[in-house]
Amino acid sequence: MSKEQMNIVIVGHVDHGKSTVIGRLLADTGSLPQGKLEQVKADCARNAKPFEYAFLLDALKDERRQGITIDTARCFFKTAKRDYIILDAPGHIEFLKNMVTGASHAEAALLVIDAKEGIQENTKRHGLVLSMIGIKQVVILVNKMDLVDYSREVFEKLAVDYAAYLEGLGVRPVRFIPISAFQGDNLVSGSGRMCWYDGPSVLAQLDAFTKREEPVKLPLRFPVQDIYKFTEEGDARRIIAGTVETGEVRSGDEVVFWPSGKRARIHSVEVFSAPARSSASAGEATGFTLSTELYLHPGEMMTLASEPSPKMHCRFQANLFWVGAAPMIKDRVYKLKLGTARVPVKLAEIVRVLDADDLSSTHEAQTVNRHDVAACVLETLKPIAYDLAQDIETLSRFVIVDHYEIAGGGIILQDLPSADSVLRQHIEQREHCWERGWVLPADRAAVYKHRGKFILLTGAEGDTRCQMLAKSLEKHLFSSGCKAYYFDIANLRSGLDTDVAAESDVRAEEIRRLGELGRVLTDSGQIFITAAPGMDAYEIEQLKLLVKPYDAFVIRTGKNEEDLPGVHLALDADEAVSDAVAKVCRLLKEEEILFEYYL
Amino acid sequence: MDGLTKLESQSIYILREAYRSFKSLCMLWSIGKDSTVLLWLARKAFFGHVPIPLVHIDTHFKIPEMIRYRDDLAIRWHLNMIVGENTRALAAKETFPDGNVDRLGCCKNLKSEALRHTLSGEWTRYRLNHRTLKYEPDENREPYTGVIVGVRADEEGSRSKERYFSPRDKYNEWSVGDQPPEFWNQFKTDFAPGTHVRIHPLLDWTELNIWEYIDREKIPMTSLYFNQGSGKRYRSLGCYPCTLPVDSEARNPAEIVEELRSGKFANVAERSGRAQDKEDSGGLETLRREGYM
Repeated sequence: MSKEQMNIVIVGHVDHGKSTVIGRLLADTGSLPQGKLEQVKADCARNAKPFEYAFLLDALKDERRQGITIDTARCFFKTAKRDYIILDAPGHIEFLKNMVTGASHAEAALLVIDAKEGIQENTKRHGLVLSMIGIKQVVILVNKMDLVDYSREVFEKLAVDYAAYLEGLGVRPVRFIPISAFQGDNLVSGSGRMCWYDGPSVLAQLDAFTKREEPVKLPLRFPVQDIYKFTEEGDARRIIAGTVETGEVRSGDEVVFWPSGKRARIHSVEVFSAPARSSASAGEATGFTLSTELYLHPGEMMTLASEPSPKMHCRFQANLFWVGAAPMIKDRVYKLKLGTARVPVKLAEIVRVLDADDLSSTHEAQTVNRHDVAACVLETLKPIAYDLAQDIETLSRFVIVDHYEIAGGGIILQDLPSADSVLRQHIEQREHCWERGWVLPADRAAVYKHRGKFILLTGAEGDTRCQMLAKSLEKHLFSSGCKAYYFDIANLRSGLDTDVAAESDVRAEEIRRLGELGRVLTDSGQIFITAAPGMDAYEIEQLKLLVKPYDAFVIRTGKNEEDLPGVHLALDADEAVSDAVAKVCRLLKEEEILFEYYL
Repeated sequence: MDGLTKLESQSIYILREAYRSFKSLCMLWSIGKDSTVLLWLARKAFFGHVPIPLVHIDTHFKIPEMIRYRDDLAIRWHLNMIVGENTRALAAKETFPDGNVDRLGCCKNLKSEALRHTLSGEWTRYRLNHRTLKYEPDENREPYTGVIVGVRADEEGSRSKERYFSPRDKYNEWSVGDQPPEFWNQFKTDFAPGTHVRIHPLLDWTELNIWEYIDREKIPMTSLYFNQGSGKRYRSLGCYPCTLPVDSEARNPAEIVEELRSGKFANVAERSGRAQDKEDSGGLETLRREGYM
């Protein structure tokens, strides 16, 4: 049976002695490979410099040259109780993203403070990051006690000050341990030089950390990572794959998928080369088949129908930690990743930027800069299912991708009603500023014999029938004397969209541009017909908003597996083209877009 | 949940994340225990299928048993098997066994260079035809933008700084000093054109974990890892001129686990039988930056 394993991160200000702590732990517990200690000692002797335990970790040439730990390094280390991986995070501020990476994969943290130098900027900032990352077990090592004559007063003063700081972050440290990594006091065993301290050594403390239990008691959260249908060797299974984040699910349970709202029952729990089973719980990478075949996308969240649903607003308040080289700004579309969902997102509002040095003070800001922690309002351009940090922590965590790079991470604290969305504000603003000519829409209608209209035809993804129908409609209307114009969404990609083509998620921007174009051409009195296969309900809603003050007319062609709200006319897949066109024209007349007596 | 199952779940999550995110994805299979465990994990992740091509770089100096084992599993498990090589260097005999370059130069020619050009699609890839059971030039010359590799952090100094998703630039360069952050379980799955990402699902596994898992899952391994009566076995597999067996009585995975846990190898580096590591104290680091696994 394999031994228990635990990841520990070690953080602290630069030169406060993290590497020495680890080097010492490895050496004093005999965790180093044979000959390693002697080799490093010999290296030091050859280069005429005093041996330091920190050198043991400098495995890389680069590191030795710069004399600082440049990245999150992993050290393997064992006690009789368990195997540890110690993630050594660098203290320099420019390596804060490495520290975040280390802390993200840890269950407990050791934060090192130099007894002589006291609390420094990164001592505070690292505390702040630990609280945001959500590490519950934090132990403070007050190092270099040998330099302050093992003074109890110095230690206690530091402990009181730093505990007060952590209190403000909602972090309660497990304890403070006075150590000298250099001399080996309180590292592996106790210290005769600090009899006033009766707590455990660092080693004993490590073994006293408790393993995080898998959150099986929370409501089920299963982010759908992918849908597999491998047909090889006659495999007919359609498997919903992913990892159970929280809770438990069994065969036969009724489940709901978010944001689509689709429902089904779990038919089976799928495994390969393992005993058959009928349930899956938190922490397990697994897969399910459903009793009814649903058309699902990766990124949906599966929950139990009988348990509380996740939040599903497009607007929420979050604490955000930014590590991107470029600051986070408003009016730029980023990608948000939460669970397995990936959606476009905008920074709607910066509530305040926290000052890491003094948490009580904050300042207003227009941008979130590198290494800032900010409370801000974000708005996704598509609905996404999430939970609040106080309810289900793991499903409140997200990252922001800026130009291919993870540039920030955060936790959602509050959901906000989306009535005043960024888009609505934009449209209000746009219409307010719209400079009008002297020709009114009614004047144009009188001359053109019809009103301007935005007509959208959509169908299943990859279905070209809606394009064919749209072109037929254009031809028919044009032959009847209308100013009709067909424009395919694909035309954007080679034209208007070329400046965004390099970005990974262009869809939201494509919809926006199509809508803006629709607004202009409809205003010019044309019947603007566009075909865009694969539109979902949310995108249709966005387009409808964008062409305001005009009302869009939405037609759906072909057989669809689900009802699409907001559709004015649904056409069957086998409906003759001429019949379909006639149907549309009849409706346009009813709506008084086409004036009856002219057709 | 026990430690091994946890490692398994995390690796499966990473494999699925890679499969979802990269259109042109491959997995390196060195025939060694780590990448074979990775292959097994892929079968678990994808419920018995391996929807990712497996790339093996053949130096033509591999221990013959390794190649036999590779083709045997490829056929049995219906693998999409791709083989690449440095045809030019082999023809020009620019190898260590031919006496024309040193060990590291040989690794560079037969592994780094072959790998780089096979991944980019510039050099011919040979694909196993499951009907004829022969390798044929592969029509697909698309560069692989996601490359899954079975490295572990405990193997060697430079590997302990890798990310689960680690970008390489156009020249296969690894920028150790400027790596992307990994918040929680969110990885770098977006990449600029011309770059690619190395994916490391086994980063947190140790050599001991690997053998415990092989033992638990009954994963078929090449017999080279086991003592067949001679009192010797390989602990790490490579090319025969540079890889030496170690003295060991271990005849099966369970005995190897025992040996690693408490026996003679508890504190001896795994690659101690690999001669090229010894030529230069930072040699592997240099090779690694150039793309060698």
